[in-house]
Amino acid sequence: MSRRKTERLLSLVVCLLSTRRYLTAEQIRQAVAGYPEQPEAFKRMFERDKEELRELGIPLETGSLSPLDGEDIGYRVQQQAYELPELRLEADEAAVLGIAARVWRHAELAGAAAGALLKLRAAGIDTDHPDAGADVRQGIEPLVHTTEPAFGPLWEAVRDGRPVTFAYRAAGRSEPQTRELEPWGVVNRHGRWYVAGRDRGRDAVRVFRLSRIEGDVRFSGPSGRVIVPDGTDVREVVRTWDSVPPRENTAVLRVRSGAGYGLRRYATGPADADTSPVPSAPVPAALAPSAPAGGWDTISVPYSDVGWFADHVASFGADVVVADPPDLRDAVIRKLKGVLA
Amino acid sequence: MSRRGKTPGASERARGQAATSAERLQRLLALVPYVVSRKAVGLADTAAAFGLSERELVDDLNLLWCVELRNPDPYCPIDLSYEGGEIVVSQAETIGRPLRLAVDEASALLVALRMLADVPGLEDRSALSRLIVKLETAAGEAAGPSAQVAVQVDKPAGDHAIAQIRDALDRQRRVHLQYYVPGRDEATQRDVDPMRLLVVEGRTYLEGWCRRAEGVRLFRLDRVLGIDVLEIPATVPEDAQPVDVNQGLFRPSAEDVHVTIEVSADGRWVAEYYPCESVEELGDGWLRIRLRTPDTRWVRRLALRLGEDGRVIAPEDLRALIRDDATAALSAYASA
Repeated sequence: MSRRKTERLLSLVVCLLSTRRYLTAEQIRQAVAGYPEQPEAFKRMFERDKEELRELGIPLETGSLSPLDGEDIGYRVQQQAYELPELRLEADEAAVLGIAARVWRHAELAGAAAGALLKLRAAGIDTDHPDAGADVRQGIEPLVHTTEPAFGPLWEAVRDGRPVTFAYRAAGRSEPQTRELEPWGVVNRHGRWYVAGRDRGRDAVRVFRLSRIEGDVRFSGPSGRVIVPDGTDVREVVRTWDSVPPRENTAVLRVRSGAGYGLRRYATGPADADTSPVPSAPVPAALAPSAPAGGWDTISVPYSDVGWFADHVASFGADVVVADPPDLRDAVIRKLKGVLA
Repeated sequence: MSRRGKTPGASERARGQAATSAERLQRLLALVPYVVSRKAVGLADTAAAFGLSERELVDDLNLLWCVELRNPDPYCPIDLSYEGGEIVVSQAETIGRPLRLAVDEASALLVALRMLADVPGLEDRSALSRLIVKLETAAGEAAGPSAQVAVQVDKPAGDHAIAQIRDALDRQRRVHLQYYVPGRDEATQRDVDPMRLLVVEGRTYLEGWCRRAEGVRLFRLDRVLGIDVLEIPATVPEDAQPVDVNQGLFRPSAEDVHVTIEVSADGRWVAEYYPCESVEELGDGWLRIRLRTPDTRWVRRLALRLGEDGRVIAPEDLRALIRDDATAALSAYASA
């Protein structure tokens, strides 16, 4: 860190803010201490400084000094574009802000959240108010993680509207494939990050799981090239893609008493009784052991996909036996034989 | 308004470097309005608010005071004093207000706030929606891209559990849980002294002192089968350490068993689903996964679930147990 550079940048900001007219580079050089006399050296340093201010989000404007002479370029920062607008928060709002600012603290946008909070504090807002609401008092602590390395570049691509390419290994595929995507948004669902957008190769809407992206995400075009169709709700796009088909099948299972809780929880009832569902009861009726220790209960459980449900049933080993239907029973037997293969 | 406004990320700072000129500039541009908006503030409080030592803060204040513009006549735009430990800015010129929020900054807050709206049982909903509107207005154009990021929070099956946990937290009461442990396929009974409600990776957890395990435990709310608030005061030991969620929720220990398992292309989800120590490509879509766990019962269940799409390589005795499990399960079909 160079103190002189910080001083120069700060003077530059104050100088650009205090002018209504555009200032030429030469006028700026005279006003701001720390620039070299030599024209080429000054030009290089001034270019870098402008870039740094833009990186910080300072709205540096470029304009021509006279309408007749387009060559003569000048610079300024308009106070109104620079300033955070007036913002007053009630104590309960400031308390919620405090919770929100902590959400990213172990994740990609931690620096951004801290930066935002710094500016809001600078606007006179105090987040640690003594009479905070119940949510703060009870220690509600929501957290987001971004362990997938693809998150950073994809967020930048979404923010700046840039297309990207990456290698992607779809579920069950042995080799990754290169995809080119116009990203519309990133969504976290069930704790996993997804990116949704238009797949250029397939000319269709696609959703990708970030953890299945291999290697680097590369920008494949300039900013502003991605147009998100009007009315697109990226949450909804991901939800539709990820939704579980309705559980239209029913399995009849024999479950050893004191076991199979992972299935009993979803049981619609004993197979031989009236099978009206009891989802609203705090504890499903099937959880209450109906047989003495060492005995077996018969329950019925709804499911959608035979393959997935067979895997699930197989995981209970000798504690759960499929009575019906036969295709589920066969799938479980195949699975178990696969273990011994 | 530039869409590119970027905040130096935590990752950059984590490398142990001193603040860059840009980072310091950012701080200075916040420091002036921080003091201005509060009329006068103490050196110590301000240093704490900015995460600085008092010496660093004084250095910042001196730097601000020294700023000089030379054209047409030299003048000092900023005037301040910090005599007697109290900072007063008497002239702030053009930097008396903070800089607008950058896109990343506005997004970080707005995405987090919209996620909070999903958090089950949150009470200050009205404050939340008022705050979202205020921030969207203040951020202006910079708020736009935040609509393209969303974190969805799963709704735990029973809202009644949330209400009871919040009641217990508020009145500092012990709870009795009937809690499902899928790795062992057990419904366990335990008394827990609640500490906080965590929402991590889209799931809601009760963190509390488990009296059965005599340690801090996390309980996923969608696995709570039943809950009773007991009329007994919660007594969390003073030295109870909250779970460090920084490293994820998995904590390795010295007693862990090291497990090696190989999975086919159809079993690759295992590497995404469980915390692994190492993942190695074996070709043809197969992976070799190494992980450690204090309890191998869930690995046995996983092996049955995977069938021919997985094979446990080590330890040897675990392989034998899995073969026994599969054989026992198959015999139930043979005899039925």
